[in-house]
This record gives sequence, structure tokens and C-alpha cells, in this order.
Amino acid sequence: NPYAGLVSRLRAAWLSGKTRPVEYRVAQLEALGRFLDEKKQDILEATAMDMGKPPFEAEFSEILLCKNELNETLNNLSRWRKDEHVDKNLVTQLDSVFIRKDPYGVVLIIAPWNYPIHLVLMPLIGAIAAGNCVIVKPSEVTKNSQRLVAEVLPSYLDNDCFAVVTAGMLETTRLLENKFDYIFFTGTPSVGKIVMTAAAKHLTPVTLELGGKNPCYVSDTCDVQNVARRVAWGRFFNAGQTCVAPDYVLCSVEMQEKLLPALREAIADFYGSDPQESPDFGRIVGDKQFQRLQALLRGGHVAIGGQTDEAKRYIAPTVLVDSQPSDPVMQEEIFGPILPIVNVANMDEAVDFINRRERPLVVYAFSSDDKVVNQVLERTSSGGFCGNDTLMHVTLTSMPFGGIGNSGLGTYHGKFTFDTFTHRRSCVRRSMGRETLNALRYPPYSQQKLGIVRAASEVKRKGACTLL
Amino acid sequence: NPYAGLVSRLRAAWLSGKTRPVEYRVAQLEALGRFLDEKKQDILEATAMDMGKPSFEAYFTEILLCKNELNDTLNNLSCWMKDEHVDKNLVTQLDSVFIRKDPYGVVLIIAPWNYPIHLVLMPLIGAIAAGNCVIVKPSEIAKNTERLVAEMLTCYLDNDCFAVVTAGMLETTRLLENKFDYIFFTGAPSVGRIIMTAAAKHLTPVTLELGGKNPCYVSDTCDVQNVARRVAWGRFFNAGQTCIAPDYVLCSVEMQEKLMPALREAITEFFGSNPQESPDFGRIVGDKQFRRIRALLCSGRVAIGGQTDEKERYIAPTVLADVLPSDPAMQEEIFGPILPIVVVANVDEAIEFINARPRPLAIYAFSCDSKVVNQVLERTSSGGFCGNDTLMHVTLTSMPFGGIGNSGLGKYHGKFTFDTFTHHRGCLHRNMGLEALNALRYPPYSQQKLGLLTATFEIKRKGMCTLL
Repeated sequence: NPYAGLVSRLRAAWLSGKTRPVEYRVAQLEALGRFLDEKKQDILEATAMDMGKPPFEAEFSEILLCKNELNETLNNLSRWRKDEHVDKNLVTQLDSVFIRKDPYGVVLIIAPWNYPIHLVLMPLIGAIAAGNCVIVKPSEVTKNSQRLVAEVLPSYLDNDCFAVVTAGMLETTRLLENKFDYIFFTGTPSVGKIVMTAAAKHLTPVTLELGGKNPCYVSDTCDVQNVARRVAWGRFFNAGQTCVAPDYVLCSVEMQEKLLPALREAIADFYGSDPQESPDFGRIVGDKQFQRLQALLRGGHVAIGGQTDEAKRYIAPTVLVDSQPSDPVMQEEIFGPILPIVNVANMDEAVDFINRRERPLVVYAFSSDDKVVNQVLERTSSGGFCGNDTLMHVTLTSMPFGGIGNSGLGTYHGKFTFDTFTHRRSCVRRSMGRETLNALRYPPYSQQKLGIVRAASEVKRKGACTLL
Repeated sequence: NPYAGLVSRLRAAWLSGKTRPVEYRVAQLEALGRFLDEKKQDILEATAMDMGKPSFEAYFTEILLCKNELNDTLNNLSCWMKDEHVDKNLVTQLDSVFIRKDPYGVVLIIAPWNYPIHLVLMPLIGAIAAGNCVIVKPSEIAKNTERLVAEMLTCYLDNDCFAVVTAGMLETTRLLENKFDYIFFTGAPSVGRIIMTAAAKHLTPVTLELGGKNPCYVSDTCDVQNVARRVAWGRFFNAGQTCIAPDYVLCSVEMQEKLMPALREAITEFFGSNPQESPDFGRIVGDKQFRRIRALLCSGRVAIGGQTDEKERYIAPTVLADVLPSDPAMQEEIFGPILPIVVVANVDEAIEFINARPRPLAIYAFSCDSKVVNQVLERTSSGGFCGNDTLMHVTLTSMPFGGIGNSGLGKYHGKFTFDTFTHHRGCLHRNMGLEALNALRYPPYSQQKLGLLTATFEIKRKGMCTLL
């Protein structure tokens, strides 16, 4: 077991109590802040080299959103950490009754390649804030960001308690043989199953941020140009390599007719007449992923884009029309700059279509009619939901971000990250004396004792009055 | 797959939306209340037949605590179910930003035999309150209560959405092949691993309420008689068959000397000079369990009790002195009326002893010195904690009940049960218009846009003033 030494070293550090004081945690978090400031250029360069990520996108997603999570955490940590005093009953009136926020211990964070800094730092911030020791395994697919995390991050953090492991598939399997106290995984559902199965051997709690095909319903009553811009933005950001990107559109044949010119215009507004020349459009991360996407293109009816350049791993912002549920592009999460449009007669058909499939990370619905948006929200189930826009719901630190069913389990961002990595330990501290208070519960039992115990501990149903 | 039909029937019922309206959920919950009232005698009789449970204990644990959970839920359900509006940032000021409380879908609850009604109803109440459909699998070991649950519960609940399955080990394995949307399991850690592994195949989230050896540290400064009563109560309640019972005592050799006569006195107070004749002391649930517990008696030396009667499955309230870590009683969760005392030199040794072992469901610490109690709390990790008493921390609906590490994952009771069975769905509902607000985020990108976007999005670190 090649990682046994590392894991036990971190476990010993955790048992030593080093990560418990708030000052220690704040110092580590502030160090992460300095990493984001001092290594900003390196982060922009690494992600540009790894997947042609435009610096604007990298700065927004890899740096700004992480700094927000950091500041939100630093601003609130003392409060989040505090013992939470809760309601007492009659019997416990004189006792100390509270929820203690304990760390889990040694946490493993496995990050994917599409937002390689963001998806390491966002969970890492909460894990550190909650007082854990952490092993981070960045993605081996994005070699430059992996190197940045593996070589630079450890120089900012206390190496007694935090470590970075670089590992491919095989080594990660070995790593997972060890006992961790929490595992946070972002990646595909198929690997999520493998991670959870490994976690089950040690009864390790997990958060799995997975994926799926995020449907985007566009009703007939909408501002077509606005919809086209917002959907195109969500789809083509990071060249489509975003777990919350709108994966496919559901709309009527009439709306498809209107959307096409609007999408064409939005794409031209964003990237010019030849997106391959735009500095603002990314590239596919690797050859394997490129070939996968190229195959999806072949099975579809290209209405916009469709051009590819294998040497540059460039796939043009593409829209497919009249996509069928049986098309290759509808069989898997696209994770690329291809937007299929599937025709449905009306909202009911769209909702049925969505509900027959795996529950996605997000459902999108566009309509000028609030009732339509609310209907889609009410009648579907997904990790998150956004009406009349894409991606935005995950930028708020006040909102829980996570999947359901095939798209994942657990939530994080902001306080939800701190809570993810915190064990809420219920605590009661009673007096050594005042034994008479306990007399009623002891044998020998009697009906009289039972009556009084009941009166002292029962929770009554609050009266329901009907005021006319 | 013998259960496929049942599971898909319940899934269809869930997709029909039948369980969503609050009135429906309240009606089902009120029906559970009637079950507890009308079938009270049956519950007392069934648990008496299954494990000689004294009716006082059965009333308190199987009925009163469940009614409290029911009433707490009914009193608060509207409030818990509501969309939770959360903090917005500058960009989303005009939007609707909230957390929607969605059910998971079809939930499976697997209950054990020791509190057979309680451990079915407590999770069931929250699962129903959260709007799920539920399959309940009561324990096949407590035959009379299994029959009661299977035959009676279905008369009170809507059979479209709720079902009871009676199954042994093999059938339960088949049941677990189906895809559930949440699995709630109470039982042994070894079976917990099997459940989580089965759940991983479908990426089903789980709550596992497991067990372990709950240590009970008794410091040298305490009221020995009070400690003896409180520990004896916790240990011998339900003949020791309680997941949060104090499993073993850690104390100094001097304290062991003092505790022994105090424990003898407490046991006599509770159960008389011959506990086998007391109506207030339970029996072991089955022959297999009886033999297992009896075998643990050859640990240390029997200082109190030790008598057994195989025919009645009676094991006397027993205290073992000078037990060694290598003795049989220290190798597994005892789950019977035997209390081993393990001698340690001081609180530091006690804490080391506890931390060298799997993390338990509860840790108990007795001391007149609150600093000692706090030390044990600070330096150990467990599901829950109780200072100067046993069992009491789980009787409050305001406190989360659950384990950590080997003793489980997840928590419930009160609102925590509702939250366990609820998917917190982050929702953002934006305006179809107001497109100007989005202009900054679209390509073509520019430093100026980035600057403005940062200004609208960023969360600043709150200033720290040092007031001297």
C-alpha cells in the first residue's frame, strides 16, 4: 500500500489536534488566498495550456469564485464553528445542550480537469475551515494545472496536515484502499460508483459531484434573442466543458426555427465570424475527448458550426437540430461545444422527456410566463434549477450546489462546504448532582412514574384553530 | 427480481405527485399517530413477547418518543417544507433565489430488532414528511413486532405510496438490487458496509445508523452512587440491547473499588435481590444472541451477577471487573446486560484507549470537574456525547443523532430527519428581460469587463479592526 505512510502521517497530525484552533485554520486559509494572488498568472497560463481556457474565464471561475468562497469562509468561520445551542425540554432545562462542530479527520479530495484549480480549492477551503487534514488528488488529465497544484500548493500549506498526490487511474485505486474519514469526489457517475464502493469498505461518508445531461426547456413565449445569448453563453463557456452547462435544448419546432438565427447571431457576437480565431473560445482538453466529441457530431444534423481542427483540438460552437433521442449526442453527457435541439410539442412533453431520464445536475427552463418556469421546477427533480438563465445559480455562496440520483449526492459551496466536512456531534452536559430529577426513570417502574415521565418529556401537537 | 414490481409501483406513485401536497403528508402522519394510539397494547405485547421488554420501557421508547417525533414534525412541517430564501449578491438582487425542499423519491428503511417500532417509525415519519414514498423492512428477528408492522401499518397508510416487506437476509439482498432514491439503515457495521456497497451501484445516498463500543469514563472525582445509578440504568435498559448503551467503563483501580458496591446497590434498587423475578428487566431477543453474550462472561472476573437461564434467555445484570483489552467482552459490541470495567491510570490513558479504537456512537464521561468532562469531549471523536449521564442526549428532538466512522454516517431526529430525506435544490429564477445586466459576462472579453464583473461579484474580506 504505497500511500499508507502518507495517510497515517496525516492521521497522526490530526490526532495531535494541530488543525483544531481557529487561528491555525485561518492561517492556512489566508495562505490559500496568497496562492490565488501570487500565482494568478501561473494559473491563467496553466489552464490556457491545458485547454485553451480564455484568461477572462479562468480569472472568473478559477480565481474570483475561489476568492469569494475563501472570504465568505474567513468572514464567518468563528460563527460556523461555534457550539450551536438548541432547544431543551423540561427534563434538560438545567443542562448544557448543544451541537459541537467536529472535524471528520483525514479527508480526500479528488478533482477533475475542467476547472482544475476551482474544483480543488472550493472543497479544500471548507475542509480546512472545518479542521480536517486533507489529501488532494488533482486531475492527471490537465498536466500543467496538476503540476501547479502538486508543486506550488504544498509550499503555501502546512505539509504536516495537507498533501497533494499525483496519480493516474491505477494509483488512485491504490489510494482509495486506505481508510479516509471523508471523500469528496468530482467527476463522472461511473467513477463516482467506484469511489463510493471503495468508501463503503471503510464506511467513509462521501460527497459525489457528478454529471449528466442538463436539459434546457425553451417555451414558445420568450425573448428569443435573450434566450439565445444566455444559452449560448452557458453552453460554450470553457468550450462546453462545464458540468452545469445546458446539455441540450427541448423546444417546439416553431421555437427551433426562431432560435437558430438568434443563436447564430449570439455566436457571431461572442466569437466573431470565425470562432477559431477568437481569443475568447476554449479548446478541448485532450485528443481522446476531442475524438469522442467528433463522433457525436457525425451522428447529428449540423445547423450552425460543425467545423473541427484536430491539431488544435478545436471544435466550433455547434448547434444540431432535429436531434433524436436515439442519436449518439443524446446518449451521453456532451461536455463539449455542441448544442443539440430536440423537438417536443409542449411543456408536458418536455417534462415527461426529462423525467424519463436520469436526474441531472441542473434543469433549465426559459419562459416569459413565470407559471411555466414554476411548472417545470415543480414537476422535475434535479440537483439545482435555473429559470431564464444558465450557470448563474452556482455562483452564489448562499446556495447548496450538488446533484441527485445519477448526478451526485451531497451539496457544497459557502457554509454548505463547511457543513459537508463537519461532523455535528450532539452533546449534553448534565450535573453530577440533582439525582432526584432522574428518579422517575429508574426501575422499579410504575404507572405513576410513567405518567410523570410522560408529562415531563412529551411534545404536544400544537392546536390547529380555524379562524373564520 | 421479486421486488421490481413493488418498487416500480411506488416509483410511479411518486412521479404522479401524490405525496407532494402538505395535506396528504399530514394525513399520513396523523394516521401513524392513530396507529400508535390504537395499537398501543399490541405494541407493548409484541415487544414483551419478542424480548421481554418491560411495558414502561416499551411505552417510553416505542410510543412516547415516536409521538414526540410525530408532533414535532406536524407542528413544524409547513415551516420546514417552505422554500428557503437565501442571501443574494449584487447581480441577483432582482431575482428569486431560494432552496426548494424536494423529496428524493422512493425510500427504503431497514430497521433492526431492538427497538423495532421506534426504529421503523422514527425515520418513516421524516421520510413521509419530506414527501417520499417508502418501503419499510422491519427486522425478521423480532417476529411479533415484524408481524405487527407488516399487518397493521399497511392498514393505516396509503398502500399506493407505502409498503412493508418482510424479508430475511437473502431476500433483503434481492431487495437491495433495486434502485432506491434513499436508503436508511439501522444495524451492525458489517451489514452497513453491505448496504452502502449495494447503494453505490445506483449512487443512492444512505444514512447508516450503526454501532460500536460506547466507552464510559468515570473520573476519580464524582458522586459514586449517582454515577452507578445512571450507568446501570443506561446499561441494563432493554437488557442492554441499546445501540447507545454504555458498553464498558474506564476508570482507575480505586474507582473500580468504589463503583462495585454502588453498582450492586443500584442493581438491587432497580431489580430487587433476584432480577430474574423483576418485571422491569428484559430478556435477550433470541437463542443465538443469548449464546453470544453468555460467551462474553469469561472476561475479567464476574463481580456482580453472571447468572444465566437459557430457557428464558435471561442474563442477570452483570458487572465484570479487571477486564483486559484482549478479553472476549472487549472484542465486539456487547449488546447485552454485561458491564465490563477496564482499569486505566487516568483521563489521559482513558482518552488514548478510546482514540485507539473505532469511533463509537456515544462517549460518556462522568466527573464533578467540568474541565475533565470537557477534556474528554474535546480530545475524542464520536457520534454523540453525554457528560454525567447516559442515553439522555438522544431523547431530544432538537439534537442530531448519528454516528461517525464505524458507528455510522448521517444523522436524524426532529428536523434532521426531514432534512435527511429532503433534497435541498438550489433555485434561481431570473427575469426574461434585463439583459443589460448580463452584458459584462459575454465575450468578446476585455479587462474592463472583467474589472466591472469582479466588482459586482466579489465577496470582500470583512475588515478586522484592533481596538486597543
